[in-house]
Amino acid sequence: MSEKSNGKARVITGNEACAEGALAAGMRFFAGYPITPSSEIAEVLSAKLPKYGGVFLQMEDELGSIGAIIGASLTGTKTMTATSGPGFSLMQENLGYAVMTEVPCVIVNVMRGGPSTGLPTLPSQGDVMQARWGTHGDHQIIALAPFSVRETFDLTVRAFNLAEKYRTPVILLMDEIIGHVNEKVYLPSEDEINVFDRIRPTGSLEEYLPYEHTKSRVPAMADFGSGYRYHVTGLAHDETGFPTNKASEINKLMDRLDQKISMNREDIIDFDEYMMEDAEIAILSYGSTARSSRHAVRLARENGINVGLMRLRTIWPFADEEIKKISEKVKLWIVVEMNRGQIAHEVEWAVAGKIPVFKVNRIDGDPINPLQILEKIKELANVQL
Amino acid sequence: MTLTVKEKKDVEIEISEAWCKGCVICVDYCPHDVLIMERGKAKVANLAACTACMLCELHCPDFAIVVRDKSKE
Amino acid sequence: MFNYDQYLRITKFPLIWCPGCGDGIVLKSLVRAIDKLGLEKDSVCMVSGIGCASRLTGYVDFNTLHTTHGRAMTFATGVKMAKPDLHVIVITGDGDATAIGGNHYIHAARRNIDLTVILFNNHIYGMTGGQVSPTTPKGMLASTAPYGSMDHTFNISGLAQAAGASFVARASVHNGVQLENYIAKAIQNKGFSLVEAMSPCPTAYGRRNRLGAGVDMIEDLKRDAVPYSKAKKMTPEELEGKVVTGIFINEEHPECRSEYQKIIDRFQKEK
Repeated sequence: MSEKSNGKARVITGNEACAEGALAAGMRFFAGYPITPSSEIAEVLSAKLPKYGGVFLQMEDELGSIGAIIGASLTGTKTMTATSGPGFSLMQENLGYAVMTEVPCVIVNVMRGGPSTGLPTLPSQGDVMQARWGTHGDHQIIALAPFSVRETFDLTVRAFNLAEKYRTPVILLMDEIIGHVNEKVYLPSEDEINVFDRIRPTGSLEEYLPYEHTKSRVPAMADFGSGYRYHVTGLAHDETGFPTNKASEINKLMDRLDQKISMNREDIIDFDEYMMEDAEIAILSYGSTARSSRHAVRLARENGINVGLMRLRTIWPFADEEIKKISEKVKLWIVVEMNRGQIAHEVEWAVAGKIPVFKVNRIDGDPINPLQILEKIKELANVQL
Repeated sequence: MTLTVKEKKDVEIEISEAWCKGCVICVDYCPHDVLIMERGKAKVANLAACTACMLCELHCPDFAIVVRDKSKE
Repeated sequence: MFNYDQYLRITKFPLIWCPGCGDGIVLKSLVRAIDKLGLEKDSVCMVSGIGCASRLTGYVDFNTLHTTHGRAMTFATGVKMAKPDLHVIVITGDGDATAIGGNHYIHAARRNIDLTVILFNNHIYGMTGGQVSPTTPKGMLASTAPYGSMDHTFNISGLAQAAGASFVARASVHNGVQLENYIAKAIQNKGFSLVEAMSPCPTAYGRRNRLGAGVDMIEDLKRDAVPYSKAKKMTPEELEGKVVTGIFINEEHPECRSEYQKIIDRFQKEK
């Protein structure tokens, strides 16, 4: 997403940028339920959606919220819900339903301290593994993590484009800092944004296979009411969409659902590198914590230590190949995140012992500050370099 | 249920052996004992008595019985 | 002879339901009601939850959506709010709607969103083998109530009424024509419309409670059915074990999506 903008500077929060990004992406149905620290997304959209001819609905709980956005999406509408940890936990079964029935929608999780009621007004990144494996059964998922207010706008748009392109739910992992921080931003105007719409069938009703094993692995998706009367079920189903217990059909479905994401990892995975060219120590971080990491990189360089930062914008699918490649150029990894090392374990898995992986973690509700990271860098620089 | 005078009905009753599950509901509903059960399936025993009242077709849960009233078509 | 085939996915037959189960009779009444109203097949969206009755959506040639247990009404709400010109019909059971789905049931009724809910009441969780449900009458047996159901049961129609539904009726599979008429009225009603359809489960409920086969249970329904007009003059003792059929509520209430359209019309920029 280029840095172009329509010239008007605004000072808004990440939650507001998320709401604006969704509208810019063509979202016209939001269903949600109040929960700190994401409620502002719902509040903004409750006022703005009617202006766009869209619909806002506060449901009785998070189960209803995700149920409603899946139903609405089946009519051809772009839909979204937003929540935080506790609500995200309640959404897991229907998230799996949207994966299995391949219904595009965006679920925003503004992460807060967990588990349970935890730290409602304080940040954490403790739900990243839940985003991957929260719902039951083997499945793929796409999850993105912005680290600024402007990037929240951009990645919300990207979340909708990926959802439509791959007929899948996409999770946007913000945290309380990103949600509530105010920043000056220049938002692109509507025409500066490229918006992707799901591929719809063109053939006859008789020929239409809503779950066809296509080369792209992404079958066309008809809108309810558009003449393609098809069946959608969470039961394992064949290409026609009807339930099946035949192993061969189930394997075909499961393979396609997996390949739809794994075959397109180059298109989905997205990260940026900061001062990595000559880095001997590589930091890996994402979301708001990556801001402290960038600062720590600069401080370390001032102390003569060559450190760089790999910042994940796509959390899932995981950038394991890319991390393997970088591991050939650096001496060690430091994974910095507001949990006890949920992504660090993925890095260890990818690096497979070639170089050491260290962790800087914090789960007390305070953000990880640059000096805390710098201290770890210095400690490791003396020993390892 | 006394039988009133009824004019000759030109009725056809078709029973799908494949779909009939032998639940006896049609036999139970028929006011004129047109239907019986045979080997676990519904069967037409007394077509002449049928007045095409449609109670069997209305209440067969498995779409296994169709009553065609020729005089109406 | 009614031509059901035009509305059915015949290649999916025969039906999954047990011999003597009433669900197929409700399906017939539903199809005849849709035909009577002349609804375009493309304009009908049927949303079901999980359970025996909820397999109905696989057999009908409409836009069909077989969702998760208890959540059908939330998916249906999304469909209706996003595309109000669709006739959205929810297929659900007593467990699906009033146990796990209870919260969504009362809120959909409170919102008075234009949904037609056909609630198959067979007093049991049939699909999973006969566990006790919120409507299993006191003292009756179930696989998880081996000493008889102990709890007070929901008055399903009363719940919808209290929550704000604008059309509430109860009928039974022993009278397919009355069921058809109520379903047609429910579809026509612009608001939350509930038709509670009493439909016996001979396999999980009938057998365990020695109520005979489906046909016997339907005979019992014929015997126990009491029209609402008569029931109003009967004492609770006289109504014990009776099945009151009729239209309990048929009122005009503001409908959720139409009210929201007023907001859109007021604020929508000429986008």
